[in-house]
Amino acid sequence: MSTTPESSELLSSTSGPSEHGGSGAGSATPLLSLRGISKNFGAVQAIQGVNLDIAPGKVTALIGDNGAGKSVLIKTISGIWEPSGGHMYWKGEEIHVHTPRNAAALGIATVYQDLALCDNLDIVQNMYLGREETKFSMLDEIKMELATNQLLRDLSVSTVKSVRQIVASLSGGQRQAIAVARAVMHDSQLVIMDEPTAALGVTQTAQVLQLIRTLAARGITVLVISHNLNDVFSVADNIAVMHLGTLCSSGPASNYDTASAVELITTGHSSRVASTLLPSS
Amino acid sequence: MLPVLVGLLILVIYFQVRNAAFLSSGNLVNLFVQSTIYILLGMAEIWLLLLGEIDLSIGITSVLGGAVAVILVDQQFHWSWFFALPLSVLVVTGIGALYGLIVVRLKVPSFIVTLAGYMTFQGVLIYLVDSQGTGGTITVHEKVLYDLVYGDVTPVWTWILIIAGVAFMGYRMIKFDLNRRSSGLVTDPLAFVLVKVALFAVAGVILALIFNTNRGSFIPLRGMPFAIPIDIGVLSFGTFILTKTKAGRYIYAIGGNSEAVRRAGVRVDRYRLLAFCLTGLTGGIGGLLYVSNLNGVNDGPPSTLTLYAIAAAVIGGTSLFGGRGKMIHAVVGGIIIASIYNGMALLSMSASTQYIVTGVVLLAAVTIDAVARRSNANN
Repeated sequence: MSTTPESSELLSSTSGPSEHGGSGAGSATPLLSLRGISKNFGAVQAIQGVNLDIAPGKVTALIGDNGAGKSVLIKTISGIWEPSGGHMYWKGEEIHVHTPRNAAALGIATVYQDLALCDNLDIVQNMYLGREETKFSMLDEIKMELATNQLLRDLSVSTVKSVRQIVASLSGGQRQAIAVARAVMHDSQLVIMDEPTAALGVTQTAQVLQLIRTLAARGITVLVISHNLNDVFSVADNIAVMHLGTLCSSGPASNYDTASAVELITTGHSSRVASTLLPSS
Repeated sequence: MLPVLVGLLILVIYFQVRNAAFLSSGNLVNLFVQSTIYILLGMAEIWLLLLGEIDLSIGITSVLGGAVAVILVDQQFHWSWFFALPLSVLVVTGIGALYGLIVVRLKVPSFIVTLAGYMTFQGVLIYLVDSQGTGGTITVHEKVLYDLVYGDVTPVWTWILIIAGVAFMGYRMIKFDLNRRSSGLVTDPLAFVLVKVALFAVAGVILALIFNTNRGSFIPLRGMPFAIPIDIGVLSFGTFILTKTKAGRYIYAIGGNSEAVRRAGVRVDRYRLLAFCLTGLTGGIGGLLYVSNLNGVNDGPPSTLTLYAIAAAVIGGTSLFGGRGKMIHAVVGGIIIASIYNGMALLSMSASTQYIVTGVVLLAAVTIDAVARRSNANN
């Protein structure tokens, strides 16, 4: 199953991954395709030979045990570092993501577990951090506040009292919602979320899951990492399982149940799930 | 900031009761002038405090800048103030930039860098003053530098400047409210805004009357000291940068969570460097007022000026841990420190008492602020 960089060279000379088909998401060109992606830190092979198609407008859940390589994979997609080998295709075109800026320019937005919010700034200021609207090179607060209000309404985030309250005063779910709203604000097409419900209570988890559904309903593709299989099965259209740095199974969520998912997470294979691996090339 | 203002009020009442001269126009003008150095250096410090950095040397580097100005306009050089004053401010800005580069590029903590700078530039300052061969003291003879503190705007211009300032601020406040209103955003009631503007106007009139009352004993002395519009100018500049520009937004954001700002694609180091330069710039202006106020510079550099600068910012409500603070805090803190200094002098209290009281006020201000913030967070 492992794909050497040499063998995946062959793939880049072809027109792209879509003709290899076979993803669980049907025939549409995947929004993002990974072929033979590997990443090593010195001698440590963190992930290797990952083939994954992310279907447009769907929620894909990436599951796996601690240390399975989920975070390394999404950081590779987000441009935190470059892959050691393999190829990435965005809507069928090969891409090279060197920095978070490259990823953002493509429309890939990542919400990390720490949310990367500034507690001392208000919601509007956080939403526009790094992309402030200006008029005569002064901050255009009114424009930003109106747009923030509109976006939160669109995303049905109704629990915040005022967009001018500082983020430190928000609940965990609200903070998650703000981080997600910021991610989708600038025409992002793929939103990657790292453990969005990890630290949340029941109500707030429900709010965040609802937010993920709202994103998908708006045509935004979501890749979500989660440990919580209940959450996964309640929002995911597709599931991808990682085990010890490799992608051991992927396909429509309906192919899996809790038992098979747990088996895949812990052992890397399951007798109950038909092999749904993508051809490496 | 409310508890601090209440504290200031208590101080004022205490001093006024003990000595009726405290609130005389002559003493108030004196107090404002005394406070300018704390205010300016406090504002200089705030640029860095907002980032969570600190400058332990501003009291020395600013005076070094002042010394450069004095030497250039007075000693063998006799430069025009027009070149000498900006150059001296530039020197302090350059020192700030140097600190910034070391902190940003070499990742040495600003605490250490500026502590080293404190010692180094203290030596440079003493050398510079002594090398002029004037016995360790250089006196200002140049009129413009002297007038920064001791010159006054004419009474008519005092009125014009204050009315213009109040009108401009009032216009901005009302326009801000109306703009938000017309965009359908939440606003304070218009009456509330108008009351604020009216209070502002009343404060302006009172200030103008204080400045324009004759405070001379032999010859009439009227009008606003030049130091006041300089203070207000620097305050306005700093507040503008912090509240209306991207740079200001990033300075706050970096103080809150610099990793988040970096991930948002902002070149964090550039704005940190900018803040170090702005500290130098503001401190440089403060240094000019310092030498003007002392009417010169000597080879015994002030040892407590930096600490007063930090105290002014913190008493006003700026956090030492970054991300929280305003330029106006240095004004409030500076006036409080000057009030203690001034009031104690009026009551003929010793320097030892003055240090102790300032220390207690600093501790009280920070404690009240911390408690108030904790109870806010719990709500």
